[in-house]
Amino acid sequence: MVKVVLWGSLAESADGQREVAVEAATLRELLDGLGETFPGLRAELERGVSVSIDGRVYNDNWFTPIQPDSEVVLLKRLKGG
Amino acid sequence: MALDDTKKVKDFKVVGTRPNRPDGIDKVTGRARFGADMVAPGMLTGRILRSPHAHARILRIDTSKAEALPGVKAVVTRADFGDVPDHVADVIDNCMAGDKALYDGHAVAAIAATSAAVARKALKLIEVEYEVLPHVTDVDAAMRPGAPVLHEGAQQETVPEGYSGNVISRVEFGHGDIEAGLAKADRVVERTYRTGATHQGYIEPHACLATMSADGQGDLWVCTQGHYMVRNVCAAILGLEQGQLRVTASEIGGGFGGKTVVFLEPVALMLAKKSGRPVKMVMSRSEVLRATGPTASTSIDVRIGMKKDGRITAAFAELRYQGGAYPGSPVDMGSMSAFAPYDLENVKTVGWDVVTNRPKAAAYRAPGAPMAAFAVESAIDELAKGFGLDPLAVRLMNGAKEGTRASYGPTYPAIGLMATLEAAHTHPHWTAPLGENQGRGVACGFWFNFGGDTCVSLNVTPDGTVTVSEGNPDIGGSRASMTMMAAEELGIPYDQVRTIIADTGSLGQNEVTDGSRVTFAVGLATIEAARAAKREMCRRAAMIWGIDEEAVEWEDGAARPAGPNAGKFPPMTIKEIAAVASNTGGPIAGHHEVTAEGAGVSFGTHMVDVEVDPDTGATKILRYTVFQDAGRAVHPAYVEGQFQGGAVQGIGWALNEEYIYGEDGILQNAGFLDYRIPVASDLPMIDTVILEIPNPGHPYGVRGVGETPIVPPLAAVANAVSAAAGVRMTQLPMSPPRVLAAIQAAKG
Repeated sequence: MVKVVLWGSLAESADGQREVAVEAATLRELLDGLGETFPGLRAELERGVSVSIDGRVYNDNWFTPIQPDSEVVLLKRLKGG
Repeated sequence: MALDDTKKVKDFKVVGTRPNRPDGIDKVTGRARFGADMVAPGMLTGRILRSPHAHARILRIDTSKAEALPGVKAVVTRADFGDVPDHVADVIDNCMAGDKALYDGHAVAAIAATSAAVARKALKLIEVEYEVLPHVTDVDAAMRPGAPVLHEGAQQETVPEGYSGNVISRVEFGHGDIEAGLAKADRVVERTYRTGATHQGYIEPHACLATMSADGQGDLWVCTQGHYMVRNVCAAILGLEQGQLRVTASEIGGGFGGKTVVFLEPVALMLAKKSGRPVKMVMSRSEVLRATGPTASTSIDVRIGMKKDGRITAAFAELRYQGGAYPGSPVDMGSMSAFAPYDLENVKTVGWDVVTNRPKAAAYRAPGAPMAAFAVESAIDELAKGFGLDPLAVRLMNGAKEGTRASYGPTYPAIGLMATLEAAHTHPHWTAPLGENQGRGVACGFWFNFGGDTCVSLNVTPDGTVTVSEGNPDIGGSRASMTMMAAEELGIPYDQVRTIIADTGSLGQNEVTDGSRVTFAVGLATIEAARAAKREMCRRAAMIWGIDEEAVEWEDGAARPAGPNAGKFPPMTIKEIAAVASNTGGPIAGHHEVTAEGAGVSFGTHMVDVEVDPDTGATKILRYTVFQDAGRAVHPAYVEGQFQGGAVQGIGWALNEEYIYGEDGILQNAGFLDYRIPVASDLPMIDTVILEIPNPGHPYGVRGVGETPIVPPLAAVANAVSAAAGVRMTQLPMSPPRVLAAIQAAKG
């Protein structure tokens, strides 16, 4: 199981939990697992998110590996100029 | 791709030098071809009719008289576009209004005619019947119950009940217990800060030339930060297959985020489609200011608690950003970045995305972060000075470092904030004497940086010179940087490589030039493409020598036998291998396609001295120094230019720039005479100090540098002006009347 830290207001869509656990070995499995386990998160996931894995930010690479002890933090989708 | 430990700083031969810019001669001689410089046989002139109202229902548009005017070849309204996919619905509505005009300057119709004079005359013949609606342009007013609502049903599920329909979303970040932390403080500063909406101020207006043939193939020449984005968005809006629309990026005269979206392009293509002729469209400066994408104006509440020794005990900010007429202000980024430079036990930000009757905000260098930094860094400065503490020492005490849990969640890997603070603290600028009515300010800033889809092709020509094709418009020196990284990797001189910006038909998908991504991501792909070419050249040499390719290595621009059993052959240079390529298997090239990840976050610290005239409130910038981590500065002159440019834009934002709307919701200052950006005579030389803390996510250690430099200057200048004027400034711009009023109010 991978522990995932949610941002403050997103926790309200995950039964109030700031940290949730899902079975995932890749970024795709992580995002799919979050949506299945916490349907309240789907709207935000569909709008797009970024994910910090051990301090590095990922957007789209489905098959980015995630270790069970990785620090995983969900972020609002990064936008730049 | 991880940092290549074998490539130590001392080994670099090209990276870190300052060769001439490959686009320099064309630009100083006027030969460079910008958006408005392209012409085509039979070309028509396109013009836009814009709403004179801030908010109005469009009851009827009659184009018949315009269409009857000799020389008019096409007229376009929203009806021509029909239904479009959801993901581009707001985009086309912003390019061409549907049921409602949502801001002063919103496009409502377009003309293509045989001359500009005919087009202008035709615009006057279009009859639009409006029902003028109440409007709102201020963020706080737009949030109040009872405010005129722009879009019914656009509010996200994140907004609690009871808020105006203009409040689109709410977001919250942080950790710890704010109230408990504040209770431990010896002093709490609680203030509201406001910033005006500013424009990126790029000198080149938006321009494009579109053609659409009868068989559905289109071509677009356009000034943009992302021609692949233009292709994809326009194809979706016009119902084209992406492969049938080829987009070529012109030279670009500035963008700073404002050219990461489309405004004219779908309209030009539709005019070209209807007329069967090429259509060129060029915005005026007034159109650029009224109807492209400035940044958000903001209203921000901050509460920060501090112990007497300078330790921050808790930090809270509530950020309200209006992003114009459609959802998507940069408040998310502002909320995540506000306290990112600090190591805080108790921290929280709440952000609100609000729509108003203004043009939709586009990205502007580190979108959302400068305003948040202005508020936070001002409050920290006030607390530090209130305790008589050194503001830099307070930041050194509380600054984020490797292992710090960021305010937005993740734990930082190696970062460069402390290096910038230490460099600032020991710099002669920090202890230089100040005169009467002068003040010094400092502030820190943060930006995320990112990577994204990237595609590079590197070709070795028959004479052994090299061309690199990349897919991002050169907005900040990317041709020079890619040329340098390719030359470095291949071991050949800089002048043996030329980098071009390829059109959308020549390379795979490339993300927009944004997020300070290009030197990082395209550089990474260029290095990998060069490595692929080197492997192939080693293979060719091995074939010629009759040895295993594993027994060949590449060094100083040549293949060399390596290892005890490789045999003794003289090195084969790239030119020698290229000359016989046709005899050894054909042309030699290297490619790399990647969704680049691992861009390292970026920090900077700025220091500025100002003098405030107590009789007029006018501020003069006396001295300015930027300290920033660049990871590895590929071409230091370009890095310095990014630092300087960000500082200058931030100075303009701090002192003068502001969208001013009248009570009627009409923009009052849609021109550079009234919208005052800094010019060279306003400024001293901006000094720079480049720190190099290698990014572990790039083979040479490169970090993006383009956005962070605009984050600290709003606050740094505000802290300096506050010190010089003897009164805390909490609203931008700090124009002379505003500063004078604050001085007089403080005197009672």
